[in-house]
Amino acid sequence: MKTRFPLCAAMIAGVLSAAAPAQAVEQVTPPQLKWSFAGPFGKYDPAQLQRGFKIYREVCSVCHSLSLLSFRNLADPGGPGFTEAQASQIASEYKIKDIDDKGADIERPGRLADRFPSPFPNELAAKATHGVAPPDMSTLAKARTYSRGFPWFVFDFFTQYQEHGPDYIAAYLQGYKDPPKGFTMPASGHYNEYFPGHVTAMPPPLEKDRVTYDDGSPQTVEQYAKDVAAFLMWAAEPHMVQRKRIGFQVILFLIVLSGLLYFTKKKVWHEVEAPRELAHGQDPSKTSI
Amino acid sequence: MSGHAIYQPQNKFMQWLEKRLPIGGLIHSSFVAYPTPRNLNYWWTFGGILSFMLGVQIVTGIVLAMHYTAHVDMAFNSVEAIMRDVNYGWLLRYLHAYGASMFFLAVYIHMFRGLYYGSYKEPREVLWILGVIIYLLMMATGFMGYVLVWGQMSFWAATVITNLFSAIPGVGDALVTWLWGGYAVGNPTLNRFFSLHYLLPFVIAGVVVLHVWALHVAGQNNPAGIEPKSDKDTVPFTPYATIKDGFFMAVFCILFAWFVFYIPGYLLNGDNFIPANPAVTPSEIVPEWYYLPFYAILRSIPNKLLGVCALFGSIGILAFLPWLDTSPVRSARYRPLYRQFFWLFVIVCVGLGYFGSKPPEGIYVILSRIFTIYYFAFFLIILPLLGIFEKTRPLPNSISESVLGAKA
Amino acid sequence: MSSAEHTRRDFLYIATGAIGAVGAAAALVPLIAQMNPDASTIAAGAPVEIDLAPIAEGQIVKVFWRSKPIFIFHRSKKEIDEAQKVDVNSLPDPEPDSERVKKGHDQWLVVIGICTHLGCIPLAHQGEYDGWFCPCHGSQYDTAGRIRKGPAPKNLPLPPYAFLSDSKIRIGETSATPA
Repeated sequence: MKTRFPLCAAMIAGVLSAAAPAQAVEQVTPPQLKWSFAGPFGKYDPAQLQRGFKIYREVCSVCHSLSLLSFRNLADPGGPGFTEAQASQIASEYKIKDIDDKGADIERPGRLADRFPSPFPNELAAKATHGVAPPDMSTLAKARTYSRGFPWFVFDFFTQYQEHGPDYIAAYLQGYKDPPKGFTMPASGHYNEYFPGHVTAMPPPLEKDRVTYDDGSPQTVEQYAKDVAAFLMWAAEPHMVQRKRIGFQVILFLIVLSGLLYFTKKKVWHEVEAPRELAHGQDPSKTSI
Repeated sequence: MSGHAIYQPQNKFMQWLEKRLPIGGLIHSSFVAYPTPRNLNYWWTFGGILSFMLGVQIVTGIVLAMHYTAHVDMAFNSVEAIMRDVNYGWLLRYLHAYGASMFFLAVYIHMFRGLYYGSYKEPREVLWILGVIIYLLMMATGFMGYVLVWGQMSFWAATVITNLFSAIPGVGDALVTWLWGGYAVGNPTLNRFFSLHYLLPFVIAGVVVLHVWALHVAGQNNPAGIEPKSDKDTVPFTPYATIKDGFFMAVFCILFAWFVFYIPGYLLNGDNFIPANPAVTPSEIVPEWYYLPFYAILRSIPNKLLGVCALFGSIGILAFLPWLDTSPVRSARYRPLYRQFFWLFVIVCVGLGYFGSKPPEGIYVILSRIFTIYYFAFFLIILPLLGIFEKTRPLPNSISESVLGAKA
Repeated sequence: MSSAEHTRRDFLYIATGAIGAVGAAAALVPLIAQMNPDASTIAAGAPVEIDLAPIAEGQIVKVFWRSKPIFIFHRSKKEIDEAQKVDVNSLPDPEPDSERVKKGHDQWLVVIGICTHLGCIPLAHQGEYDGWFCPCHGSQYDTAGRIRKGPAPKNLPLPPYAFLSDSKIRIGETSATPA
C-alpha cells in the first residue's frame, strides 16, 4: 500500500499530462474578462444591460430572434431596469403579427405581454441569407460553454467561474481578423479567432460608432462586445441576482444548521460513552471512527 | 435480531391505532430501537442521504411536471418558461438537475463503501443485488429525464443510447423501432419517456423498501466487518444514527446548495441549451458525468455488439460480486492486499470517467482499453484469487473491543 | 449529570430543532409558491383596452379579460329607462342602475358574463327582461345585468374598468391614467 499507491498515481498523472490528443474541433480559450455579475455577490449593471439591449435592437435583431423573452422582462427586477412605462413604450415600437376580429392578418403595436418578434417567418427563411440559420439568442450565453481543462475546472468550482458564455461572445465579436498565413479559407465564411474551427458564417457585425450610446460610454467595438455579451447573459439567466442572494442565505443557514447538528451529535454520543465503560485514558468523543 | 425495546405508545390515539395498524411499532422497531453497530463511520450516512435525495427528486419532479409539456414543439420552451416565469421555477429546475448529480454522487460513495467493507458478502447478497437493481433503475430514470429537456444533447443522447439496442442480433432493429415508436427519436419517444420517467422513481422507492427490509433482516455491516455479539456492540438507531445521518445530510446539502445557487452551469452541457435539431449532430456527444465511465468502456471496444455487451456487463457483473469475492474476511481494514487493488479500482473508475468525456482518439483510446481490462479483471480475476492467496490481518474479538480497546 | 448540563443539552437540542424547523418551513415556500399564477399568466391577464366606437346602439359585445367573458352593452334609451324605473327593493339582489354604470356613461353597461348561479355564460338579448337568459338553469337578467328570475343569487358582477375617453375603456383597472 505504502509504495504502490503513490507510484501508480504518479504514473497515471504523468501519462495524462503528457497526452496531447488531436481535438475534434480546435477551440481557442477566450480571455477571462471582468464582469459585474461574476462571483457570489455579482449583480447585473442596468446601464450596461440597456446599452447591450440597444445593440441587440439596432444590430443583432435584424437576423437573430430573442423569442423566449417578452417586452415585460425589460422591466423585471434585477434586469436592465426599464420602468414598466418605458418597457411599454419600447413594446409599442415593435409591430406584432396578429389577426383582427374578422380573422385577417394585421400588424399591431406590441404590448408588454408580447414576446420579441422573430426577424424571419420560419427556419428556412432564416437559413437563406448565410446558409446557416442565425441562432436564437435567448439561451445563447449558456449554450456557448467550453471546457477550460485541468486544473482550471478544479479552481472554477471554488471561484464560481460561470462566465464562459459572455467571455466567449465578447471575444468572438472582437475576434474577426485576417486568416493567418497557411490557413485555407473556404469559399464562403469569415475568419474568427475564437470560433471553433475558425470559419464563421456571420460577417463581422460591429464597428466603431455603429451604435450611439446616450450615457457617454465609449463607442468602440470592445465596449459594444462587452455590453451585448452582458445583455445576452441576462437574457439567458434573468434571475441570477435573486439566485445568488437566496444562495447566500441558504448556505449560511446550512452552515449554522450543520454546526448545531454536529454539536448535538457530539452531545448525544458522549452519553453512550459513560466513564465506567472507558478504559483508562480513552477519549469519550472518539468512540465512532 | 431482537429489538432493544418494545414500542409502548403513551398517546391514546397511538394505542388505538397500534391495535389496528401497527405502523407505530414498525417505525419504532425499524428506525428508533433498531440496534445499530456503534462503530459505524460517516460512510454509513449515505444510505439516509440517498433516501433524502430520492424524496427531493420526487418532490421537485412532481412540481416541475405541473409546468412541463412533453411535446417536441413545446418541451424546450416549457422548460425555459419554468426557468423564467414560474415562481421559483429556476430554483426547482436546478434542484432537480443537480439533485440527480448529487443522487449519483451519493450512490457511488454508497457503493464504494459496500465494496470496501464487504457489505455484499453473506448474508447480505440479496441486499446488494437489490441495490444493483436500484442503481440500474436510477440510470434509466436519469437518462430519460435528461431527454425530456429536448435540447441538442437530449435528442442525440436518446438517439445514441436507443441505437445501442440495434446491436442485438436479429431483433435489434425491431426493438429499436419499438422503443422509438417511430422511424427515429421523435414525439412518441419523448412522450413515453415522460411517462416512464414519472413512474420509475416510485418503482425505485418500492425497491428501496425491499432494500431496507433486507438490510434489517441481516443488520448493518460495520467497518470491522464482524457481526455484533452483544448489546455492548450496538446502540439504538435513534438518536445515535439519526443524528449522525442528519449532520452529514446537512453538510451534503451545503455542496448541493453550492452547485444550485452559485455554479449551476458547472455540470450542465451547453449544447442542451440549444433546442433539439434532428438535422445537426453536436461536435461532441457527452453524457452526464455519472455515465462517463460506462461510456468509456462502451467506446473502448471496437466491435459494436461486444461494446454494448461490455457496457451492460460492466454493470451486470456487480450482481455477481458476492460470489466472485471468495475471501471470508469482510472489511478491507483487515485485507491489506485487497485494499491496494480497491484503491486502484477507484482510480480506474475515475479515470474511465475522465476518458469518457474526451474524444475517442489517440492516448485516450489506449488508456480506456487498459482501464477497461482492469475493471473486468478486478471482478473476474483479482477478487476470486485474492480470497485464496491473501494473508489477512487478525480480526478483533468484537466491535466494542475494536472501538474501545482490548480492556472493554 | 448536573442540572446545569441538562439545561445546556436541552438548549442545544431545542436550538437545533428550531433551526431545522425553520429550514423545513422555508423549503416549503417555493413548493407552494410555484403553483400560483406564473409571470406569463399574470402578464396575459393585464388590462385590455376596448374601442367602443364600433359597438352600435342595442348591441352587446363579448370580450375576454383574464379568461373571463365580459359583456359590453351599448344600451338604447328604452333599455336605460327600463333599468332605471324598476323598484330596487323588489329585486332579489337590490342594486340601483346608477351603481352599475359609470357617471355620465349611462349607455354603457360592462359586466362579467358568468352566471352567479353555477358559472355558465348567459345568452344575450333573451329572456323576459330584455337582458340575458342563462340556459343552464333558467336564470334571467335585466338590462342592467341584475338577476330578476331564476336560481342565481346575485347580479352579474362588474369588472374593474375605467373610461379613458368617451369611446374607450380599459378593463382591469379602476383608474384612468393612460399608459
